[in-house]
Amino acid sequence: MTHPTTTTGPLLAQTAGGSPYLNMGIFGIFVLITMIAVFRASRNTRTAADYYAAGRAFSGSQNGVAISGDYLSAASFLGIAGAIAVHGYDGFLYSIGFLVAWLVALLLVAELLRNTGRYTMADVLSFRMRQRPVRVAASISTLSVSFFYLLAQMAGAGGLIALLLGIQDRVGQSIVIAVVGALMILYVLIGGMRGTTWVQIIKAVLLIAGAGVMTLWVLAMYGMNLSSLLGAAVDASGTEEILNPGLQYGISELTRLDFLSLAIALVLGTAGLPHILMRFYTVPNSKEARRSVQWAIWLIGLFYLFTLVLGYGAAAIVGRDTILDAPGGVNSAAPLLAAELGGPLLLGFIAAVAFATILAVVAGLTITASASFAHDIYANVIKRGKLDDKQQEVRVARITAVVVGLVSILGGIAANGQNVAFLVALAFAVAASANLPTILYSLFWKRFSTTGALWSMYGGLGITVTLIIFSPAVSGSETAMFPGADFAWFPLSNPGIVSIPLSFLLGYLGTVLSKDRPDEAKFREMEVRALSGAGAEKATEH
Amino acid sequence: MSTTPPDDGGPSPTTWHEAHESPDFVELRRRLRTFVFPTTGLFLTWYLLYVILADYAHGLMSIRVLGNVNLGLLLGLLQFVTTFLITVLYIRFANRRLDPLAEAVRERVEGGRG
Repeated sequence: MTHPTTTTGPLLAQTAGGSPYLNMGIFGIFVLITMIAVFRASRNTRTAADYYAAGRAFSGSQNGVAISGDYLSAASFLGIAGAIAVHGYDGFLYSIGFLVAWLVALLLVAELLRNTGRYTMADVLSFRMRQRPVRVAASISTLSVSFFYLLAQMAGAGGLIALLLGIQDRVGQSIVIAVVGALMILYVLIGGMRGTTWVQIIKAVLLIAGAGVMTLWVLAMYGMNLSSLLGAAVDASGTEEILNPGLQYGISELTRLDFLSLAIALVLGTAGLPHILMRFYTVPNSKEARRSVQWAIWLIGLFYLFTLVLGYGAAAIVGRDTILDAPGGVNSAAPLLAAELGGPLLLGFIAAVAFATILAVVAGLTITASASFAHDIYANVIKRGKLDDKQQEVRVARITAVVVGLVSILGGIAANGQNVAFLVALAFAVAASANLPTILYSLFWKRFSTTGALWSMYGGLGITVTLIIFSPAVSGSETAMFPGADFAWFPLSNPGIVSIPLSFLLGYLGTVLSKDRPDEAKFREMEVRALSGAGAEKATEH
Repeated sequence: MSTTPPDDGGPSPTTWHEAHESPDFVELRRRLRTFVFPTTGLFLTWYLLYVILADYAHGLMSIRVLGNVNLGLLLGLLQFVTTFLITVLYIRFANRRLDPLAEAVRERVEGGRG
């Protein structure tokens, strides 16, 4: 960074990518450290429980840190800080939904799921149902959510590369996406869940520490006074509205309803995200699962409080127009703030953390998708649970991980530059519609039957995806994925407000209207297992 | 999980049935449900109320309370506080009121395995 003082947009745009070698060097150190951790982890990865669930040997606090690593994606780190810097208060609203959602996981899902299942979400959903159809449905839903989430992460990588490495042409960006994807496949293949968990832990510590240092730095500049910081953000933005709600969602009645719909999907979606649910199997018992969520809530809450300061800090110190003019737009707020505060070194650190974030989140999604295919579809549906050689199942999981990894690289390259921001919202909406109703009904409603589960899962998935396809997010608006076409008839970009209640209703109707009766003995067994932890899978010993 | 008992000769359906009817388990389920259902209702209502206020009552939320900190920001930070508070309360409740009963039920089932 040859120009420490920044005055104009274009100049900053250069400095943001001004020391790509430094940025890459720091990222290289991260890769080296995590690779060592992954190789160490691979020594103990032999059985299916090792590969899928890290031998259930992580402590609650370790898993809690890993969960925050999995959950705090690039979208929530760069995206929320940027949204606050540009849209002010409305950006802050996201983080509240993302945090409060964890109470659903804490109170209703985490412990009961840990006690009942072994490796995947489908283990729990199919426990007292007809195995094959429910497993297939749960697996399709798992793969869909993981795929949408994965594509969103990879598509964001292109903009990040332009911003942080100064690579503007598509070929160069595609090569970097492929390298990041290949690294991720390597992590998952070598380290399995244990290696992936260590990557999440290292990344979460770096991310939260980096954001924490920046937060204190910003606050110190304003005498540790939040009110002065807000005042400075107002002065720099030239509008007081940055402190008030409505800048982004208050435009019309439709945008307000859209936001309400998003808020519902965020708060109910988290506890239905398969890659989050799978993390609860990496601890030895339900008490540690409870402790995991407790740690996750503290860390995620703390982190979102940091992003509030960072967002308004970026608005005050970097300035709204400069952020919008930089490559990467809104996402550049946090990196630009880092450059302003600590120069190239802090920028390099934050850039490396941003790449690490994509790497870690994608690795978590890949292992979830591969576990669901190998364990649910291959071992339990195709081989009908009669697979003698457990190694074969792990082999299939590894092959699936490579396939998922390649698909995500190709998808990331194809989606690079496309407006696919709706994919994260879609993943949450599908998780809240197709997964959460079935999870809650299976755990708490005795009468719930196979037909109800199938109606709710397929119905939830189908309705959510259909509404998105015919929404302004895909066609018929300037910000759509296909701005040139117009086949939209559903007015909202976030389908949750319609799809979530309908999915609950479908689960109810499917149960009361069909003739199939629940297996009462299995329900009793499931309830005793879920609440007491009797017969739950123990940690493997090495 | 298959529909047949696991290979390690896990507890029989009768064992599960008896555990399910045991006073310890009935009390465990009652305690869990009387805590988590009302609490979930409470925090979801409070969250929705906050979202609707932020979404529709811009004037109210823009009222300054402390310096530049307005009511909207204050209520938003209060969402963090209530989330942390519910977490702490639930952990205490689960450690003291749920875990001992869960352990009793678990021992009953797993001890019966021989």
